[in-house]
Amino acid sequence: MTNINNTTPMEKLTPGGDIYTSGNARDFKTGDWRSIKPIYISEKCKQCGLCFPVCPDDAIPVNSECNREDFNYDYCKGCGVCAKVCPFGAIEMKEEG
Amino acid sequence: MSIRERLSGNEAAATAMKQINPDVVAAFPITPSTEIPQYFSTFVANGVVDTEFVAVESEHSAMSACIGAEAAGARAMTATSANGLSLMWEMIYIASSLRLPIVLSLVNRAVSGPLNIHCDHSDAMGVRDSGWIMLFSETNQEAYDNTLMAHRIAEHKDVMLPLMICQDGFITSHAIENIELVEDDKVKEFVGEYKPEHYLLNKNEPIAVGPLDLQAYLFEHKAQQAEAMKNAKQVILDVSKDFEKMTGRKYGLFEEYKLDDCEVAIVCMNSTAGTTKFVVDNLRNQGIKAGLLKVRVFRPFPAEEIAKALSHVKAVAILDKADSLNAAGGALFEDTVSAMYVNNVHVPAINYIYGIGGRDTKADDIESVYKDLLEITQTGNIENPYRYLGLRKEEN
Ligand code: SF4
Ligand code: SF4
Repeated sequence: MTNINNTTPMEKLTPGGDIYTSGNARDFKTGDWRSIKPIYISEKCKQCGLCFPVCPDDAIPVNSECNREDFNYDYCKGCGVCAKVCPFGAIEMKEEG
Repeated sequence: MSIRERLSGNEAAATAMKQINPDVVAAFPITPSTEIPQYFSTFVANGVVDTEFVAVESEHSAMSACIGAEAAGARAMTATSANGLSLMWEMIYIASSLRLPIVLSLVNRAVSGPLNIHCDHSDAMGVRDSGWIMLFSETNQEAYDNTLMAHRIAEHKDVMLPLMICQDGFITSHAIENIELVEDDKVKEFVGEYKPEHYLLNKNEPIAVGPLDLQAYLFEHKAQQAEAMKNAKQVILDVSKDFEKMTGRKYGLFEEYKLDDCEVAIVCMNSTAGTTKFVVDNLRNQGIKAGLLKVRVFRPFPAEEIAKALSHVKAVAILDKADSLNAAGGALFEDTVSAMYVNNVHVPAINYIYGIGGRDTKADDIESVYKDLLEITQTGNIENPYRYLGLRKEEN
């Protein structure tokens, strides 16, 4: 049902675009909306844990040791909140290009 | 045996709603449809229906509540007029695009401004391209009958579109006339239960309704709506057949009144058809072959069928009770002549804008239209196809 794209014929689309399954927001990659992107500078990162709770798109993965990893650009919309919150300058915003 | 009563158009609509006993009614009062939710809330208070009545604070909310209810899997109804429908406008499109078969009783009234509370069709014409099925009713009986048929049409799996039943404000809504009601149990059986395939309150199938629909999809979803609207034509005919079996009252996409052998014809909708029938009978007594095509189903527009039904006439006048203010005629006129052109029917056609803001349209006015048509059949001359009926103008 969410496995549709810009070649799917109208007969294969649900009426009104309704989605008859749940838990599929991850199928919708919003990363291409981004015009600026955060760059993770791991050498400066202290793993203080301030950035990932503020990300509105859950685009900063955290591993089992509770350490953050590099950005998930499939969903990061480039809002810059994480860069703003980082006290150690470990996130820099760059033009997409 | 059916029940003989005398009811106003609003009472007829409310009575039909009572017999349908929908899950939800959400409405906000506005003249001249106020009585419908008023009567209905009495039914709710008296416990004669099981409906959840949502007394909303605006028509926008009324339509929104109906949308929520239908998406949840319930059967929802509402009623409004004129500016009430204008306030619903945003949600009117949401209802049809989400394919929610809401049923709305539209008591036609002029959309302000300047402020006017009387009948014309400007409210209905404002939503004519919104993807709602639109049925027009000449009398209280037709308003009642159309309401009883509404859910069967709207909820049909090949359709799944909202539907509005139009009747003329005050002229029909407030005039008390004889009516034949169907017994409660028969209505219940005829209308049946609403069992949507997908709905929000189904715990076994969590669904999302109304997602973002960008360049890659909206076009196809609109085309699906158009397809459903085409399907509605046959469904309306099928449901009307079943209704005829139950009541003996016959309904088609339009009514032909002495049309098959007529030379001059009028096309119109709602109560004006009653006046026109009276004039047709008078003219027939004088040997004039006058006829009428009364449009019942305005959306979907029965283009091919109307063109065919008019193909033999010598001249036709299309009466619009709303001015499109576009320098090219009213909506019914445009649809009718475009239907004729596409179907290769070339009959001289003129348009009259009439009855605006409740201006009375009398038998003499209608007769003057037939006289104009007769003149056209004789001279073959149409000086101005865009005309007014009953408008005051300086004589020159
Ligand atoms: S830029 Fe915004 S969306 Fe992207 S990772 Fe940072 S907070 Fe999340
Ligand atoms: S806020 Fe900065 S320092 Fe703290 S975890 Fe995030 S990137 Fe590392």
